[in-house]
Amino acid sequence: MSPVASVPSIEDEPAVTSVDDFKKTYFEECAELLDALYAQLTNLAEQRADDETMHAIFRAVHSIKGGGGAFGFDRLVAFAHVFETLLDLMRDGRVAVTPDVIALLQRATDALSDIIDAARTGREIASGFEDELAAALREAAGGAGPGTAQQTPLRPQAEDGGTVPRRYRIRFSPRMEMFQRANEPLLVIRDLKRLGKVTVEADLSRLPELAAMEPEQAYLAWTLEVETTAAKAAVEEVFEFVSDDCELKIEIETDVPVSGPTTASDRPAGRALPQPPGTGSPNGSISKPGARVEGPAAVQSIRVDVDKVDRVVNLVGELVINQSMLMQFGRDLPIDTAPALINGIETLSQNLRELQESIMAMRAQPVKSVFMRMPRLVRELATQLGKEAHLVITGEATEIDKTVIEQLADPLTHLLRNALDHGIESPEERRARGKPPKGTIHLGAEHRSGRIVIEIADDGRGIDRERVLAKAQSRGLVAPGASLTDEEINNLIFLPGFSTADNVSNISGRGVGMDVVKRNVQALGGRVAVESPAGSGSRFILSLPLTLAVLDGMVVAVGKETYIVPLTNIVESLRPKPADIHPVVDRGDVLAIRGAYVPLVYLHRSFAVPDAVTDPCLGIVVIVESEGGKRIGIVVDQLLGQQQVVVKSVEANYDSIDGVGGATILGNGRVALILDIARLRDAQRRSPRSETQAFVSSSPGMQ
Amino acid sequence: MRSQQNQAGVHDNQVAAHEKSGADEHSHQFMTFTLGAEEYGIDIMVVREIKGWTETTTIPNAPPHVRGVINLRGVVVPIFDLRARFGMGQTEPTKMHVVIIVSNDARTVGLLVDTVSDIISVNQDSIRPVPEMGLPTDDNFLDGLVTSGERMVTLVSLERLFASRTGRLPTIDANSGAAPLETGGGELAQAS
Repeated sequence: MSPVASVPSIEDEPAVTSVDDFKKTYFEECAELLDALYAQLTNLAEQRADDETMHAIFRAVHSIKGGGGAFGFDRLVAFAHVFETLLDLMRDGRVAVTPDVIALLQRATDALSDIIDAARTGREIASGFEDELAAALREAAGGAGPGTAQQTPLRPQAEDGGTVPRRYRIRFSPRMEMFQRANEPLLVIRDLKRLGKVTVEADLSRLPELAAMEPEQAYLAWTLEVETTAAKAAVEEVFEFVSDDCELKIEIETDVPVSGPTTASDRPAGRALPQPPGTGSPNGSISKPGARVEGPAAVQSIRVDVDKVDRVVNLVGELVINQSMLMQFGRDLPIDTAPALINGIETLSQNLRELQESIMAMRAQPVKSVFMRMPRLVRELATQLGKEAHLVITGEATEIDKTVIEQLADPLTHLLRNALDHGIESPEERRARGKPPKGTIHLGAEHRSGRIVIEIADDGRGIDRERVLAKAQSRGLVAPGASLTDEEINNLIFLPGFSTADNVSNISGRGVGMDVVKRNVQALGGRVAVESPAGSGSRFILSLPLTLAVLDGMVVAVGKETYIVPLTNIVESLRPKPADIHPVVDRGDVLAIRGAYVPLVYLHRSFAVPDAVTDPCLGIVVIVESEGGKRIGIVVDQLLGQQQVVVKSVEANYDSIDGVGGATILGNGRVALILDIARLRDAQRRSPRSETQAFVSSSPGMQ
Repeated sequence: MRSQQNQAGVHDNQVAAHEKSGADEHSHQFMTFTLGAEEYGIDIMVVREIKGWTETTTIPNAPPHVRGVINLRGVVVPIFDLRARFGMGQTEPTKMHVVIIVSNDARTVGLLVDTVSDIISVNQDSIRPVPEMGLPTDDNFLDGLVTSGERMVTLVSLERLFASRTGRLPTIDANSGAAPLETGGGELAQAS
C-alpha cells in the first residue's frame, strides 16, 4: 500500500470546480442518453426495432451507470446495474421482448430519470422508491440474486459472480499523458479496493532523475492483486475511464467455475458494439483504444456553451444593422459613381444572410428533446386517470431555436394534460361510442412557411360548445344572449379564469391551464388556435417563429414614426377607393375587399401619432392575418420597404407595450418598434368605444 | 455633441481628482446635474455614461415623462424626462441637453436633464431628510438634501426610480400618501 500513500498530493489536485464541471457534463450527457433511451424504447414498442436498438438501449444505460460510478452516485449505479442486467440478457435474446417487458423498461427508464434528477439536484428520493421496480427487473431477468443490489449498493457487481473469491492480477501502466486527461490512478485503485482486498506493488522503473521529472506526467506503473468475488467485467469496469490512457492487462489467477446467468454478464461490459474476435480472449487482456462506448465515429459534434453561440448571434445582429446602414448610404449614391461599392454591398448582404442563417441553424435543435419527455407524461397520467391513451409523435426532428424549445415544455405539458383529462374518454365510454378503448393523441411538428407548427390532436370527445358557452356566461365572460360562432366559443377556453371541469382534479381543471398556455406561447411570439369539429376530438395548433432573433419585416411610416410589420402576417397591401370604406356603427370602419369585410385599424389613432395620413384612401392599408385567420387592415401613411430586422427586447429595460412585440434598430441607427398583430387586435377590441368616438369626432372633416 | 463629450471628459478628470484626494468610507460620491435652476445629485456608481440628446423613438401611449427609446450600441434604452417626472413640465430638448445613462443590475435607462455640473463627495452624516412640503413634486424619488458650498443639492434615489419599469412609482412609502403619485403619472391610466 505504500506507493499509494506516496501520491496523496495528487489526490487533492482536481479542483472542486473542475469536478463540478465534469458532473455538469455528465448530467448533460445523461439527459441526452435518456432521450436516446426513450426514443429507442418507442422504436421497440412500435416494432421498428432492429439489431442496433437493443444495443443502443443497453449502451445508454451502461454509460449512465459508468459515469454515475465515477461520481459515486451509488444509488443510481445500483439501479442502473439491475436495469442493465436485464438489458444484457435481452440483447442476447435470452429474455424475450414482450410488451410487458417493454412497459417495464419504460417504467424503469422513468425511475432512472428521477434518480438521475435527484443526483443532479442533490435532492433525496424516498428510500425504497426504486425497490419495487428493481425487484421487477430482477424477476424479468430470471431472479438473479434478489435483493443483493439493495443490500450492497457499494458493490453492485458482487452479485455477478458466485461466492467463490477469485484473484485477479492486474498490470496497470498509465501512459505518460494520463494526468492531462484528468485521470487519476489513485481513484482507480481506490475504486478497485471496493471490490475486495487489494495488494499494490508499484513499478518505479520509469521514474527519471528528479531534475528530469515532469510533474504532470505519469511515471509509475502498478501491479495490483485483487481478491474479490466480483466478475471480471466488474474489474474491467473500474478501468473503463482510463483504459484509453494506459496499458492494461487483467488476468484471473484463481479460476472459478462459470455457470448459467453469469456468462452473459461476464463478458467485458460496455462493449455493446459487435466486437472483433480476440478482445474478449480468455486471458482477458484488453487491447483498447476505440472500445469506449462512444467510439470515434460518433464524435460528429462539439459541445459549445450557449453563451458563446449567443455572443456570435448578437454580433451577427450588429453586422446586419451595419450592413443595412451601408446599404442605405449606397442607395443615396449616384449609381455611376461607385458601382463597385454597390456591388460589394450587395454581396455583403448575401453573405451576411447566409452567415445569419448558419448561426441560427447552430442554435436550432430538434424538438425531439422536449417531445421525448411527453410519452412518460401521457403514460403516467393515463394510469392516474384510469384511461388508455397512445401518444403518436411525428416530426420530432423538426428544428427550432433552442430558447423556443426550452419554453415549449410547459405549454405542451398543459395541452397534453388537457387532452387526457378533458378530451380522451374513459375506456367504457369510448366503447359505448364505438371507438377503440385506447385513445390516440397525436403530437406533431412541422415547418410551415417560415414558422414551426405544433399540433396536439386527440380523438376524444372534443369541445362541448354548449357547456363552454353556458360556463362562460355564468362567469360573466360572455354577455347573456350573445351569439357566437363555433370558433369564438372554442376560443373562450383561453380566457383567464375559465374552467369547465366539473370536478377540479389535480391534473387539470383549475382553470389556470389554457390561458397560461396562450400567454406562454404568445410570449414566444407564437399563437394558439383550436379546432374541434363536433364529436371528433380537438386539435390545438401552436404556431411559433423559428427564431426569436430575426424576422423579415415591412417597414411602414406613420407620421414621423417608423414601424415594422412582420412579413409573415402580411397578406397584401393596397390603397383603397373611398367607396370601399364603410363605417359600422360602434365598430369603426371596415374595408370591403373582394366581397369580404376587413376591420380597419388606424395605427395613428392606436398609437396616438401626430401628423399622420388619416384618410386610408390617401395612405396604404396593410392587410394582415394573425393565427386563426382573422384579418385586419392596418392604416399607415406609406410603405418604406422590406427588410430583415434583428429583434431587440423593449421589455428588458422598459415594459411591454400594447401592440408592440419588440424593437429593432434601423439602418439609420434609430429604434423602430415591431408590431405585434395579435395584440394590436386585442388592444383594439378592448377599447372599441373610445376608438369610435375618436373616429366620430375626427371623421366629418375628412370625408 | 462634441461640446458634450468635452464636458464629459472634464468630469472624468474631476472624478480622478476626487479619487486621488481619497474619499473616506463614510463619504459617497454624487454626480450633480441641473434641471432649470435646481441642482440634483445621483450616486456616481450607477452612472454608466453621459451623452448628448438624440432624437428618440416615441413609445405609443406612454406617460409624458417617457420620451421614447434610443439605440445605445445595439441595446434599446428608454429615456425618462426627469423634469416631467418631477412634475415640472416636459423638457424641450436641444442638442445642448444631456442624457445620463444609468443602470443597476437589472436595467439601463437614460435620464434627460439640462446639464451635468459637478461631482461632489458627500459625507453620509451631512445628508438631511427631505422636508415634507406638500408640493406637487414627487418626493418619493428623493433621498435627501445636502449643502455643497453655496448650493443645495437634492439627492435622487435611483433604486426608487427603478422600482417600476416605466419609471412610475408603485404605491410604496406609507408616509407619502397617494396625492404626489397622481401628479407624476397624470395620464398613466391610458398607458396600462
